[in-house]
Amino acid sequence: MLDLLAQVELRDRSGEGASCVADDGLCPDWIVDNFDRYTDPLLQHVVLTVVSLAIGFSISFGMALLAHRRRWLVAPITQVTGILYTLPSLAVFFLLLPLTGRGNTTAIIALVSYSLLIIFRNVMAGLDNVPEETKDAGRGMGLTDRQLLWRVELPLALPEILAGLRIAATTTVGLATLAFFAGAGGLGEQIFSDIVFKSNVVTAGGLAVLLAVVLDALILLLQRAVTPWTRARAT
Amino acid sequence: MNSPDSAQSPGPSARPPAATLEFRKATKRYPGQSDAAVDELSLTVASGEICVLVGPSGCGKTTAMRMVNRMIDITDGDILLDDSSVKERRPAELRRDIGYAIQQIGLFPHLSIADNIATVPRLLGWPKDRIRARVDELLELVSLDPAETRDRYPGQLSGGQRQRIGVARALAVDPPLMLMDEPFGAIDPINRERLQNEFLRLQREIRKTIVFVTHDIDEAIKMGDRIAVLQKGGKLAQYAPPAELLMYPDGRFVEDFVGADRALKRLALQRVRDIDLWKAPLVRVGESVAEARAKVADSDLPYPLLVDGDGRPIGWLSERALAGERVEDVRRSQAEPVVELDDVLRDALSDLLQHETQYGPVVDSRGAVAGVLSVEVIGHALKADPDDVRSGADALVEED
Repeated sequence: MLDLLAQVELRDRSGEGASCVADDGLCPDWIVDNFDRYTDPLLQHVVLTVVSLAIGFSISFGMALLAHRRRWLVAPITQVTGILYTLPSLAVFFLLLPLTGRGNTTAIIALVSYSLLIIFRNVMAGLDNVPEETKDAGRGMGLTDRQLLWRVELPLALPEILAGLRIAATTTVGLATLAFFAGAGGLGEQIFSDIVFKSNVVTAGGLAVLLAVVLDALILLLQRAVTPWTRARAT
Repeated sequence: MNSPDSAQSPGPSARPPAATLEFRKATKRYPGQSDAAVDELSLTVASGEICVLVGPSGCGKTTAMRMVNRMIDITDGDILLDDSSVKERRPAELRRDIGYAIQQIGLFPHLSIADNIATVPRLLGWPKDRIRARVDELLELVSLDPAETRDRYPGQLSGGQRQRIGVARALAVDPPLMLMDEPFGAIDPINRERLQNEFLRLQREIRKTIVFVTHDIDEAIKMGDRIAVLQKGGKLAQYAPPAELLMYPDGRFVEDFVGADRALKRLALQRVRDIDLWKAPLVRVGESVAEARAKVADSDLPYPLLVDGDGRPIGWLSERALAGERVEDVRRSQAEPVVELDDVLRDALSDLLQHETQYGPVVDSRGAVAGVLSVEVIGHALKADPDDVRSGADALVEED
């Protein structure tokens, strides 16, 4: 752990606005002048989050579709993803290091494994909440199981599915700040590079929070766009 | 409500408008249960008729209905749709040919009304403009404004409107057979009555073969051309037209099920115009008394009925009105209640009882006296042969 941290390059704090910077204070001038230091970590963070979410969603969604028709799969999948969810992510990083080495792969595997339970559970809940009479009417009119799934059940499960994705997104943004332990960079590396310097911590941390909020808002917008019926009220 | 030709638009192919349906010892057994859910059910539904499956809960009526479109597969026996076994058809394809409406309606909440109705046409690959035209046509058929309704979501409609959409959706491809499971069960009594009448009128136009499930004997009597009474264990207790069922219930179970008031229920199946009324001794002011007395002697009534120039009833005359040479306007009572030819006997009898009288004049659509209805006449009607009593659907669709 110590030698990992030692590899982090301490930032050059000399130069303009010397006294504020020397006091490790919150210095707007320094933030503005040094903002370009944060673009690469931010991009890394975005890539880590989005890639992990995409993979995590695909796996959970696929598992949920399987378990939807084969109910006996629900318990084992919930247990396995539940264990993955409860493992401390730092521990996962270090467990994986000997296997997958330092870098994005290790970080993404850890982040994905953390998102599986959240998304799986929400997809299942969404599918389970589709009213029985709606499915009965669909079958009675001659929809096949596949048509019923894609035309009726999944559209009706969208609010829950996307709610799960929102939770997973904000959680993943937060966890990705630890990804630098696996050598994957990101805003976490930036924070820990100088944890006593307020300007640095506030900027990097603020960007992480902002990223979480923006992702959350984007998924919410997506949800509103694809579920117009949930807002239609009697007039 | 709509133009008569709107219901005659051709379906996906030139198929017959209504199918025949035959249950042939159709049986459903669930593993691990000693009693069958439906036990050797045999009955035939003629083309264009409403067959009501009625019975207490757990009698297998819904199971029997769901076996027709293979939502539940039969264990033994067979069900023939237009003389071919439903077992030989792929379930999904079979179901697209059979209209399906259930109590909970089951509209798709995420689809607009138009898309809901278009479900089966889309499955069958109809072209877009044909679907659009059909949706509007169906909305009009169930008395909804297409422009106002088609782009809404089910959640924006009232219960009654949703129920109509459910029926429209079931009719979308003009199926030769419709299955309806308590379609009006979740509606309040006033709207249920409206929807029932509306549906009977609709049925007169579309003449579908319909299997209609209900637990309500009154609804069965009203909707059915023939009624199949099922008892626990899925056994058919009786299969008969409503009037026959009420007059000759077959066995204790059916007798109890149709109720102690079955004679009164039969009165709801007949209209005043269907029975032989008493001849009314109609007199006008200024008519010769001798003539008036002759008319009274010729009738079953003790008093003459005074009418105006157009033959509309004014009142029953007293003895003093006939004291002179010419009839004078001295009434013993007003001509109340006035019964209409189109009233059902049950309502007419209720009117008489409410006015504490034995008889009342019957008027035609112009208001002129057509005869006199009495409690005695109604008593005779109850003894009539059930074959003379028209079925519910025929009797009721003439309401407007």
